[in-house]
Amino acid sequence: MKRELLKFLILAILVAILPTLLSGSYLVNVLIFVGIHTMLAVALNLLLGFAGQISLGHAGFFGLGAYASAILTTTYGINPWIAMVAAAVAVSLLAFAIGFPILKLKGHYLAMATLGLGIIFFIVFNEAVELTGGPSGFSGIPNLKIGSITFDNDLKNYGLIWLFTLVTVLLSVNLANSRIGRALRAIHDSEVAARVMGVNARLLKVQIFALSAGISAIAGSLYAHTMGFISPTSFGFNFSIELITMVIIGGLGSIYGSLIGAFILTILPEALRTFQDYDIIIYGIILILMTMFLPGGLVRGIPGLLARLRPADKQEEG
Amino acid sequence: MRTRLITGILSAVLLSVFLGSSLALAAEPIKIGGLFSVTGPASFLGEPERNTAQMVVDEINAAGGIKGRKLQLIAYDTQGDSTKAKQLVNKLIKNDKVVAIVGPSTTGDSMAIIGDVERAGIPLVSCAAGSKITDPVKKWVFKTAQNDGLAVEKIFDYLKKMKISHVAILTVSDGFGSSGREQLKAKAAKYGIKLVVDDTYGPKDTDMTPQLTKIRSSQAQAIICWGTNPGPAVIARNVKQLGIKLPLFMSHGVSSKKFIELAGDAAEGIILPSGRVIVSDVLPQQDKQKKSLISFVKDYQKHYKAEGDHFGGHAWDAIMLLKGAIERGGVTPAGIRDALEKTVNFAGIGGVFTFSRTDHAGLTKDAFVLVQVKNRDWALVK
Repeated sequence: MKRELLKFLILAILVAILPTLLSGSYLVNVLIFVGIHTMLAVALNLLLGFAGQISLGHAGFFGLGAYASAILTTTYGINPWIAMVAAAVAVSLLAFAIGFPILKLKGHYLAMATLGLGIIFFIVFNEAVELTGGPSGFSGIPNLKIGSITFDNDLKNYGLIWLFTLVTVLLSVNLANSRIGRALRAIHDSEVAARVMGVNARLLKVQIFALSAGISAIAGSLYAHTMGFISPTSFGFNFSIELITMVIIGGLGSIYGSLIGAFILTILPEALRTFQDYDIIIYGIILILMTMFLPGGLVRGIPGLLARLRPADKQEEG
Repeated sequence: MRTRLITGILSAVLLSVFLGSSLALAAEPIKIGGLFSVTGPASFLGEPERNTAQMVVDEINAAGGIKGRKLQLIAYDTQGDSTKAKQLVNKLIKNDKVVAIVGPSTTGDSMAIIGDVERAGIPLVSCAAGSKITDPVKKWVFKTAQNDGLAVEKIFDYLKKMKISHVAILTVSDGFGSSGREQLKAKAAKYGIKLVVDDTYGPKDTDMTPQLTKIRSSQAQAIICWGTNPGPAVIARNVKQLGIKLPLFMSHGVSSKKFIELAGDAAEGIILPSGRVIVSDVLPQQDKQKKSLISFVKDYQKHYKAEGDHFGGHAWDAIMLLKGAIERGGVTPAGIRDALEKTVNFAGIGGVFTFSRTDHAGLTKDAFVLVQVKNRDWALVK
């Protein structure tokens, strides 16, 4: 437990000092997205890494949160904070209701069902033009406010988003190390065995699905209020895949891994921009190399890789 | 061994990334940002735009630059994703310190970054068509692509002349289609036109027979379809297969040879509003845009071995408008903006632009001509 606390403190200090090193740079803006992506990756990891249930539709929940917030605040003039809570509760309930039938499925079938779910949401964002503004987007979303502070510039938004991100990380680490976390891992390894041990696997899977969707919705709300503009292109199938990649690159079942995965997948395209047209190719190659040589993710993989390197030098293993 | 090699390559790559980003500061050209959706679903817009922008900048530099200073185009790919557009506009403004921005290619991306350019005070010349971009007028935002509303007016004008009053519309459910649908619905009453069927289709649909069957059994005297390739070609074929004899109108979204290739014989007789690029060679000599059009089409052919299209034209106009503004107003963002707003009678590719305090789109419906497909080529409708 002490080690967990130490890790978290180091992260919190890093988060606090980073913007002072980068003040005025566009990188602060990029780090805002790292924060949002971290929330999403951690939420997805709870489901995918711990409970072992895949979701290819998380961009849809993210989008639902963003649109719910946008519509409630801009069209109906509701306070953004209330809208955020309402969005999170509504999306969690929705996920809870959908979760019961969907999470009965396993493996490829679950992947397909969640894929379909994400696509349905995406179509709704596009087609419900009166409500969502359709493909050309929804603009004029107000910034969040606390008293006289309006979160209207990169630095303030950085603080806000990372506060939420840190809370998400802390709660998730706690959850992972609790009885529930162990029960989830038991379901991951063998659902039948977990049931035999008295774990209500079905309910627990649905609950974690709802929690994961709820966190994604909060991330969506934050995204909408910091961007001031949303359009369906940000919530498509590709983004769901990107989230899964973040979780896998970072390491399944590792909360800090998700943070690192989100960081790398958000920063890497920026760093590769100097290669101009070839950036996508290099990006792809790096991802392939990572999954080939670090299949367990970066957090677990790097120590493992180092250990493997030493004997490997002597006997040249394939 | 192998792992060592890979670590070596990886660190070399990373090193060159960091070196590369710090090297760019040496010379002192005028920096112009570009945001184009070169990859992704809107790449058919972004690629010709990026190509054209680079071509025009190179030409300006080859001719000695602007007042002796070279232009530098810093172009990024938004992938048609508004999150990326938002990140990249921040990079252009804060990191690259550009004095003006050209693009983005799509209405969604453009709307996403308006807040940022307004706050930073950097002039933006968008290459997207959505009328929302400049209506209401924003201080720093201009655009070159013709408003959809102008194309709608051009068709309705013609319908009125032909005494057609009952019309079916069939629009694609993406940004282009929904904006067109809005305009069609908004402007119909003014021309005494009744929309008897208002249906949509998905951008990836491969058969529109159900919608067309519905239209056939309605009172419609004409069909207007609003979409970009390949949907409209499917509709043209379906119309022919079903033996529907109603006149078929398309939007400027399909005014490229590609549409005629896709639709084949089914394209014959279809009428659509279009910018002048596709008919540049048959335009009368006195046409104001003829000189710009011919030079653009010829250059594009020379550089990229492909036909210059409207989309490239939007970028051509954007860069040339900026060039004019820099010549007249200097190299500060504010100076460029003020000079842009005073642009009068600039004959570009998309039309003849005249900006003012109340109009940052700058075009009238004369930016469009009506063309008809005849013998697998375009002919002007008189």
